[in-house]
Amino acid sequence: MISHFYRIPAWIANNARVLDLGCGDGRLLAQLVKTHGIHALGLELDPDKIATCLDLGLSVIQQDLNRGLSNFNDQQFDTVIMTQTLQAIRRPDLALSEMLRVGREAIVTFPNFAYIRNRIQLGLAGHMPVNPQLPNPWYDTPNIHLSTFRDFEELCQTLGIQILDKDTSNLSGKRTWLGTVWPNLFGEVAVYRLTKEL
Amino acid sequence: MSQSLGVVTPELIPFEKPLKLERGQTLPRYDLMVETYGNLNANKSNAVLVCHALSGDHHAAGYHESESIKPGWWNHYIGPGKCIDTDRFFVVSLNNIGGCSGSTGPLSINPETGKAYGPAFPEVTVLDWVHVQARLADHLGIHKFAAIVGGSLGGMQALQWSITYPDRLESAAVIAAAPRLTAQNIAFNEVARQAIMRDPNFFDGNYADHDVIPASGVGLARMVGHITYLSDISMGEKFGRNLPREDRDAEGVNFAVEQYLRYQGKQFSGRFDANTYILMTRALDYFDPTLNESIALSQVLRETRCKFLVLSFTTDWRFSPSRSEEIVDALIQAGKPVSYARLESAHGHDAFLIPDATYERLFKAFMSRVYTDLMEAS
Repeated sequence: MISHFYRIPAWIANNARVLDLGCGDGRLLAQLVKTHGIHALGLELDPDKIATCLDLGLSVIQQDLNRGLSNFNDQQFDTVIMTQTLQAIRRPDLALSEMLRVGREAIVTFPNFAYIRNRIQLGLAGHMPVNPQLPNPWYDTPNIHLSTFRDFEELCQTLGIQILDKDTSNLSGKRTWLGTVWPNLFGEVAVYRLTKEL
Repeated sequence: MSQSLGVVTPELIPFEKPLKLERGQTLPRYDLMVETYGNLNANKSNAVLVCHALSGDHHAAGYHESESIKPGWWNHYIGPGKCIDTDRFFVVSLNNIGGCSGSTGPLSINPETGKAYGPAFPEVTVLDWVHVQARLADHLGIHKFAAIVGGSLGGMQALQWSITYPDRLESAAVIAAAPRLTAQNIAFNEVARQAIMRDPNFFDGNYADHDVIPASGVGLARMVGHITYLSDISMGEKFGRNLPREDRDAEGVNFAVEQYLRYQGKQFSGRFDANTYILMTRALDYFDPTLNESIALSQVLRETRCKFLVLSFTTDWRFSPSRSEEIVDALIQAGKPVSYARLESAHGHDAFLIPDATYERLFKAFMSRVYTDLMEAS
């Protein structure tokens, strides 16, 4: 389920210093090492996934993102990536600010809670959505801060974060014309490229 | 399938060139007791140096006799198919100078006096050990180690290597270590030393002249140390408030944990030299790559050129995870390649010696990658 990564390589410079927050099994970083020669560092909590990263030759630190990034210097990285993790973080606003403190640019992907299927499940059926995009029941889910694209863009504005680029797609990474025209209604996953306004 | 190395044989290697020590004195000559496992490849690139901790020695893996039931101290992690895979790597393990397992130390004869050094053995440091290990590498024809690994005081040696000889290692595994000791750590060592020095049989370290050993002091030192190597949880699980077993000599023992500590103390005092214990704990106390904070650790580590793996254990309170994280953070600040995990374990500081599936998985993945990179480079 990494197809929504497809835009990310285009936003990464060759030999960039890249930090991936919640790097999972390291597939994205390993790919970028191969294609872009990046200097990669991943943060991950799950020891099994850390081991998989080590198999791939990646450097990875076991670190809880909720504890912040205080062990990193200002502007230590060219790009800080966070894929499908923002909604599971205790304070997404602080996380975004920290990402753009330690990195020049940030790339963030997250599920759109305002996607039409979620609206139907909540608005018509009266249930918290459970579907391939949000597979967990409300009482046992890591996704504690679900938001919509519109919410996210408002937060960026509040934090003085500039959206350099964005794209929406469905779960399998395909762009749909409806998703392009009405992203907040028909886009399932968004990819944002951000920087901090000077 | 991983298996044991079987019977291994140590070798005593003499070094006749004098060694100038960090604290000023010179050792005119020395011997090193060394074990090696596996085979050195043609371009001598597959060597792994294993550094021992406070009471360890050269016997890291395998058995000394075929009937022996007690293998080397890291047998679970060194051997064919194991984390440090002897089918791939040539493993070098030595008893450090100042030790009491065959390398030159307080029990050895001082060529200048014809008598055992005893308390006159010069003070040695982690840096001295690293220089000696480099000379051993020269002797074996190894210019660059594929990895240098160690736990606790052994991890400090691996860290020192990365600073002192940055071009002579590809990778370092620093396990359950610390960048330097805290006041509490030094305090524990001081209690251990005092236990030895206050033993009436210590005679200022000249106990050999009186044909005695300060067994009670060394035993007590070990008992204190042992408590700090375990955790409240592991002691609770192992002993709880159980009463002593009757099948052991248990005079005045009220609880099983007392019996255990006395047994450990007694065993240790029979095999470990008191002067070595004092010398080793001093080396631990003085280890400080920041030279008393005159340089930031991240600055010191800027010179390193190897890949790092740092591992800590949740219940280790002798060198807690936050101490390992000081090393990790400094390496991150210095922009060095480092991987880190804080492993769940109930076993306290001793966890680095104990079998554990997650620990093995991570350690093995790191070492496998070291080997893959080695193969790709050649």
